[in-house]
Amino acid sequence: MNFDIALLLAQDGITNGAIYALMALALVLAFAVTRVIFIPQGEFVAYGALTLVALQAGKLPGTIWLLLVAGALVVVAEAAAALRTKNWRRFGRVLLTNLGYPLALWALLRVLPLGEWPMALQVLFTLAIVVPLGPMIYRLAYEPLAEAPVLILLIVSVAVHVVLVGLGLLVFGAEGSRTPPFTEGTISLGALTASAQSLWVIGCSLALIVVLYLFFERTIYGKALRATAVNRRGAKLMGIPTEFAGRLSFFLCALIGALSGILIAPITTIYYDTGFLIGLKGFVAAIIGGLASYPIAAAGAVLVGLLEAYSSFWASAYKEVIVFTLIIPVLLWRSLRTHHVEEDE
Amino acid sequence: MKGRVPSSWLIAAFLAALALGPWLLPEFWITLANYIGLYALVALGLVLLTGVGGLTSFGQAAFVGLGAYTTAVLTTLTDLPPWLAWIGASPWLALLAGFAVTLLVAATLGSLTLRLSGHYLPLGTIAWGISLSFLFGTSQLLGGHTGLTGIAPIRVFGWTLDSGRAIYVLIWIFLLAGVFTTRNLLDSREGRAIRALKGGMVMAESMGVNTSASRMVAFVLAALMACASGWLYAHMQRFVNPTPFSLHMGIEYLFMAVIGGAGHVWGALLGAAVITISKTWLQDVLPQIVGQAGNFEVIVFGVLMIVILQRAPDGLWPVLVRWFHWLPVRSARRVIPSEVPPLARRALPGAGTTLLEVSGATKRFGGLVAVNDMQLAVRAGEIVALIGPNGAGKSTMFNLISGVLDATAGSFRFRAQDVGGHSSRDIAKMGLSRTFQHVRLMPQMTVLDNVAIGAHRREYPGLLPGVFGGAWRLDRRQESRLLAEAARQIERVGLADHMFDAAGSLPLGKQRILEIARALASDLCLLLLDEPAAGLRYLEKRALADLLRKLRSEGLAIMLVEHDMDFVMGLVDRVTVMDFGQRIAEGRPEDVQRDPRVLEAYLGGVDEADAAAEPAR
Repeated sequence: MNFDIALLLAQDGITNGAIYALMALALVLAFAVTRVIFIPQGEFVAYGALTLVALQAGKLPGTIWLLLVAGALVVVAEAAAALRTKNWRRFGRVLLTNLGYPLALWALLRVLPLGEWPMALQVLFTLAIVVPLGPMIYRLAYEPLAEAPVLILLIVSVAVHVVLVGLGLLVFGAEGSRTPPFTEGTISLGALTASAQSLWVIGCSLALIVVLYLFFERTIYGKALRATAVNRRGAKLMGIPTEFAGRLSFFLCALIGALSGILIAPITTIYYDTGFLIGLKGFVAAIIGGLASYPIAAAGAVLVGLLEAYSSFWASAYKEVIVFTLIIPVLLWRSLRTHHVEEDE
Repeated sequence: MKGRVPSSWLIAAFLAALALGPWLLPEFWITLANYIGLYALVALGLVLLTGVGGLTSFGQAAFVGLGAYTTAVLTTLTDLPPWLAWIGASPWLALLAGFAVTLLVAATLGSLTLRLSGHYLPLGTIAWGISLSFLFGTSQLLGGHTGLTGIAPIRVFGWTLDSGRAIYVLIWIFLLAGVFTTRNLLDSREGRAIRALKGGMVMAESMGVNTSASRMVAFVLAALMACASGWLYAHMQRFVNPTPFSLHMGIEYLFMAVIGGAGHVWGALLGAAVITISKTWLQDVLPQIVGQAGNFEVIVFGVLMIVILQRAPDGLWPVLVRWFHWLPVRSARRVIPSEVPPLARRALPGAGTTLLEVSGATKRFGGLVAVNDMQLAVRAGEIVALIGPNGAGKSTMFNLISGVLDATAGSFRFRAQDVGGHSSRDIAKMGLSRTFQHVRLMPQMTVLDNVAIGAHRREYPGLLPGVFGGAWRLDRRQESRLLAEAARQIERVGLADHMFDAAGSLPLGKQRILEIARALASDLCLLLLDEPAAGLRYLEKRALADLLRKLRSEGLAIMLVEHDMDFVMGLVDRVTVMDFGQRIAEGRPEDVQRDPRVLEAYLGGVDEADAAAEPAR
């Protein structure tokens, strides 16, 4: 390996690492606020990327059907709950957001010539379709089990993952796709030549991390999420409902996932099931941070990206094995540091 | 139970149906029954791990693969080094080799994750599942994605199992052996420890159970069952490739266990049957409905999983038992043998010997100092009360003494040994037992089983003898002595009428008494009681006081935290008073009651007229 190749691999590693960092942040966020180990995080990457692909091709993306169905199911679930509690006060809003919004979006997608519009607008519509799926999934799969042990929530996560991958195959088909880069060309930084898209990925990831930081530090909603993460019951007593915190954090997870998909779609071919491995590598990073620390998770993600890039050069067949084996020393280190038996929540 | 068919009949009918299978069933159903048996064996391991032990694994398919590939490599490859080649002579030797490899991998994976929170094991198994299936797919030695072919059939006593009908018998013998040993194990000393893992880890450790080891036992056994299933699979199919050992299959195994009913050994069989049969059907039907090829049945299974977890979290088996009232339910009742020699008891130290000596004990939680420079001592044959207003740090003090929490500073000596920083398990082994302020017991288990956990370390045979003895019923003599001891303690505290009731069904006061029986079942010399009289009625309190006096006269040392001053003052020899984490007074009850600092702590200053009457409550 010469210096140029080493630099190239480093660039690759950092680019992918940036995406893994976003995954890891979302996973830590979901776990801290809801105790859900959000295995399906990666699916939003594939959904985001493939929805954008469909929009650019001038086709109606299959995810809009998922949004319509999920919305309808939420309405059914809320109607059942309202019937039980005889409280229909909020039902109008439920109808509007879960049925009205998807239908309006569907109508817009039918009439607007999105395929010819600028990319920024296509991205906006992609997010408008994919991101609401996050809170809807929380409402349908997790909310009825909000008080269940972590283990049960984890099994639900795996079930949700399986369902989303199956649905992904159903609506997108088995073929992989790429999107054109945000901007063409390369940029020279001294000895390093970086593709513009890599810089987009790194730049957008950093920007997103800053925005998230500001959200958590400066806004009342961000502080509400942090409060819930520290003490769920306490937060509830202070007027932050668990359901609200859960839906908001899943909204953020879906947003982060879909954006990540849009960012890397020009770099790698995305298939309906690509997201899973991307999400899992985010997991390796999140575990490095003990599923608790955002900065360590982000640093771990860059490490995962670099390890993956260099092992793809030295032993490409064993790339995945090497990356996932990284958790062994991490677990060993964590294991040696724990002394006391604690009850699982 | 009225109207229920005795379980022995039902099992006999089930076995007869199984035995007739090969003569009656068409080939298609034989194949299906073989797969159900193979899958149920893996799901059974998950019942032990997930439903009983409260842990889970998505990597069981990888262990199946380990069993399958080990036998495939050893029995088909011709260029093995001599030190390996001899194992390939018989599939049975290869099975043992597979067990050895699985044991090694599972023990490694377990030792990395089992001390951590419960969710690290499943995450670790996901990574392990993915890594191994990538390895299967890329390794040239293992034939890459095409796999290995030409695996010989198994021979038993000169009989070659080369057809589906022939191996059917072996598969179901393996499964029934698995069910039998699992049920036996769960009904033994180590089985109770495994059953306590789900939500009772702190309690179990305080009773001397090594919860990491119990977790490891459950995980390794589950892995070994998966490995056996893989071995059978390889010799049934006569070839192996990586596909059936992927993470997806690992997830499906978990679905089987959860859908069938992860808390019940028969749930594994039910889940495997439901998933296998409906999968065959869905794979025909779904592609026609959606108009394209693909594994769409996973969508159905995933949705089914979510619905089941939300609506019937214990799976289909309990639902089935509820629907069909004639299905047998295992009775919790059993005969307690009375004519067995009692368990050995350690010699109690002579009255007046100092058992516990604490000085300078300090515990900080972040900025909060819960216990500050505390000292106290307890001698054999006396009852000491630790009292103080709410939040004074009494329960924290108990947790420090019993090793549930680590002290920030201070010296802890128990039976003349320094126990600072020792685990609660080690301290329990030395003869300290306790109850908890917030009752910690296994609500689903009977009172008898709960108390028997307390006797976990009595005449302890060691982990492996305990597991094998339990699984193969070699422990019955010891087990009956252990249960007799538990029953004796239950009678002693006056809960004999509730012996076979689920512990969670008792009122809170009796649950506290149950905890005392559990503590007494251990071979103890120092007993810590955290608010034992809370929730008791007057007569029950008097009975408790009598019991404690009797224990004292036997030479036991007792320390209790209690708010009921009438109860305390008439009973104890000495009182230590805590406030704001510090000792403010110590002495005989009548002296302490007059101590102005104590009065101030309780009444908030003598001159405050509206003071709460806490001590007189």
